[in-house]
Amino acid sequence: MLHATEVIGAQTFDSQGNYVGRIKEIFVEPADQPNRVARMLIGRGQYRPLIARYDQIASVVPGRIALTTDEGALELYHPNEAWLAVGKDLLDQQIIDTNGRKVVRVNDIDLSDQRTNGNTELRITQVDVGVPGAVRRLLQGIVPPMAIRRIQEKLPPRKILWEFVNLIEPDPLRRVKLRLSSQKLAALHPADIAEILEELSPDERQGLIASLDEETAAEAIAELDKRLQTQVVEKLDPEQAAHIIEEMSPDAAADLIASLEPETSKEVLEEMEHREAHEVEELLKFGPDTAGGMMTTEIVVVSEDATRGEVVDYIRFHEIPPDQIDNVVLINKDAAMAGTVPIARLLLSESDQRMVELSFEPLLSVKADVRDQEIFELFDKYNLRSLTVVSRENHPIGTITVDDVVSRMHAKM
Amino acid sequence: MSEIEANSGSLAVWKTRGQNFLRRTRMTRRRLAVFLAVVGPGLITSNVDNDAGGITTYTQVGAHFGYTLLWSLIPMTIALYVSEEMCARMGVVTGKGLSDLIREEFGFRSTFFVMIAALAVDLGNTVAEFAGVAASMQIFGISKFVSVPLAGLAVWLLVVKGSYRQVEKIFLVACAFYLSYVVSAFLAKPDWLLAARETVLPTLHYNTEYLLMLTALVGTTIAPWQFFYLQAGFVEKRVGPKQYKHARMDVLVGSISCMAIVFFIIVCCAATLNKNGMTNVSDAAQAAAALVPLAGKWASYLFAFGLLNASLFAASILPLSTAHVICEGLGFEAGIDHKVKEAPAFYSLYTGLIVVGGGIILLPNAPLFKILLLSQVANGVWLPVVLIFVLLLINRRDLMGEHTNTWGFNLVAWAVSIIMVILTLVFVYSLITDPGSAGLAGALIHSP
Repeated sequence: MLHATEVIGAQTFDSQGNYVGRIKEIFVEPADQPNRVARMLIGRGQYRPLIARYDQIASVVPGRIALTTDEGALELYHPNEAWLAVGKDLLDQQIIDTNGRKVVRVNDIDLSDQRTNGNTELRITQVDVGVPGAVRRLLQGIVPPMAIRRIQEKLPPRKILWEFVNLIEPDPLRRVKLRLSSQKLAALHPADIAEILEELSPDERQGLIASLDEETAAEAIAELDKRLQTQVVEKLDPEQAAHIIEEMSPDAAADLIASLEPETSKEVLEEMEHREAHEVEELLKFGPDTAGGMMTTEIVVVSEDATRGEVVDYIRFHEIPPDQIDNVVLINKDAAMAGTVPIARLLLSESDQRMVELSFEPLLSVKADVRDQEIFELFDKYNLRSLTVVSRENHPIGTITVDDVVSRMHAKM
Repeated sequence: MSEIEANSGSLAVWKTRGQNFLRRTRMTRRRLAVFLAVVGPGLITSNVDNDAGGITTYTQVGAHFGYTLLWSLIPMTIALYVSEEMCARMGVVTGKGLSDLIREEFGFRSTFFVMIAALAVDLGNTVAEFAGVAASMQIFGISKFVSVPLAGLAVWLLVVKGSYRQVEKIFLVACAFYLSYVVSAFLAKPDWLLAARETVLPTLHYNTEYLLMLTALVGTTIAPWQFFYLQAGFVEKRVGPKQYKHARMDVLVGSISCMAIVFFIIVCCAATLNKNGMTNVSDAAQAAAALVPLAGKWASYLFAFGLLNASLFAASILPLSTAHVICEGLGFEAGIDHKVKEAPAFYSLYTGLIVVGGGIILLPNAPLFKILLLSQVANGVWLPVVLIFVLLLINRRDLMGEHTNTWGFNLVAWAVSIIMVILTLVFVYSLITDPGSAGLAGALIHSP
């Protein structure tokens, strides 16, 4: 096993044994092979630097590289954006460990060397983010390599497999050229993605969000702290922002839009689909500290005369995600709020039971202009998990869930 | 089914979007971030800068030279502002801390040595803060064996256990308590007209003592650790280029208010100690004691209280900031919201700084004078290094884009840096060759 810091700076000799120069940088071409060291940059003082391809490298030992060809066969160096520079883009930079779900800093890079057809190929295997890598960096060139290895063996290793490494590249064009994918990142829980985003600098954050699909981006943004949410969305162009906000629940969307600068929020609303924009605008009319400002408008409303079987069919038919419903709200013939049925009760009831029989006592609802303090008290007193919000005419218009109550109480603490 | 749809048609609004269950507010990632978000890093940084060592030096300046060094406050305000502004700008534009940038641009080894220097210097400063606590509590008749452990514990608990809102309130109050020096100054009935004239019209003296005191003043007022802290503050506060104007204002107000406090301390000592010929007061606690017959008991208490407040304030921020900077630069987990298990390096450093810093004061035969001397020397050596890193980084177009220094600003910044470097080198030289004459801040050795 080799380390990138042992290769960068190594003296290079051609097939005749003549000194060529020192390795200044090593490159991976992700479009070709995601982990192979495809090229090495050889600096020659005042002469133009040369590039050695992977099949021109005969052998590699720490500090010394032998080539299969003579110097004349090497190309001149021309910068290429599609090459990942291990020294510049990776070493000492921050990366995302998608396995450990956090942002870490690279101390060194482990390379495996494989001999194939008379040449040696280096492949990135792991990224060293622990103390051993730090110690090597510190002692290199001062203490003999074998002594460093002996010290290292005594230290606890912290390494990340290359496949779990998600690079942070703020420039979207370069991301494409480097074929960087955020697939592994997108598979994480949105709260974890949000936590990772919070660790990054604004440009890196924006770059990462741009690399996520809209749904994942929306979920992750919804998990960010308020200040950061606003900042991230302000920086997106209005169309992109609109697409992402459409993916959010209306109350989250409304909260977010309310926190944007007036001009931006107007642009975003204009870019949003009409129906979604309308809903958000309706929600924006409520004060932020009232029931209307806390509620989400995503509720299931059914007639109190419906049977359990009909309701279950309805939920199935509309493909309502089960993890998003706590209650079914009942209405009478005048479309007025008539009660709620917790999903758990629905589960235990017979198929032909009517909803009115399953209704949960006491019949509780609040008007949209009720203050949050009063709502907190209701939740506490009745041990609620959700509370229906009704209009002045007693039509159900939304629901407040306990998670929103917890968030707000926490924010007030 | 039809009945359901008829009744619910207009009302049964269900969108499959959004996932409320995921929404939860986390404790903000770093409490440090939150209280900084309210107060403003510029204000806090500059105020913390008037710490125990600083106040001791200002006391000596006032006692020894009366009003005659007041003129230096205006150029020092400019120097403080220029150097702090660069860090603020870097934080705002790159969104990264100073140690992060040094690591990314200059590699591991440079970072490591910068961090080791930071640790050494900050530990020295922490010792000075606890010495300040001991000395000021002595005025109120409390033994250092009681006051220092209590202060250490309070500082540790405050940050680790306290909720960020409590901490924030306490820090705001601490900032306000610096005003006790203003009151002290008024109680001392100084010659305001003379003070004003000396501030605006420099009266240079060319004797060694005077020049050394001037360098000491610069050396203790512009401390290298504050650049890291300030930049981290703006990064944590997530101030973007759009709000840069506010950040700059924050730094400006901070620099001016810091220097205003210095002004009042010097004036207070000039009007009492200097006027009555007590020019050889060597530390702030002595000065507070000496104030009793000259300006009354209350002026003395206020002065001692100001020292206690400043020491405690700096003792809470310095270890925290140091642990943060070092862990981030070296890539360890940092931040109070991490559990001890997740961030062992951070917690060990943080706790270690407080325990060692406070512990040294309590050692019966601690070479306090030497430690403080070394920390001042380290401060002086380190400042130019940090300033050069800052100047190199801020002129990098790939990092700063259009926000690099302008030609004019660079001229001022380099001039300020070079003057500060020369002054601190002179200061360090004098510390090494003749510690006594430099009016070392560390005369705190007098605390029993």
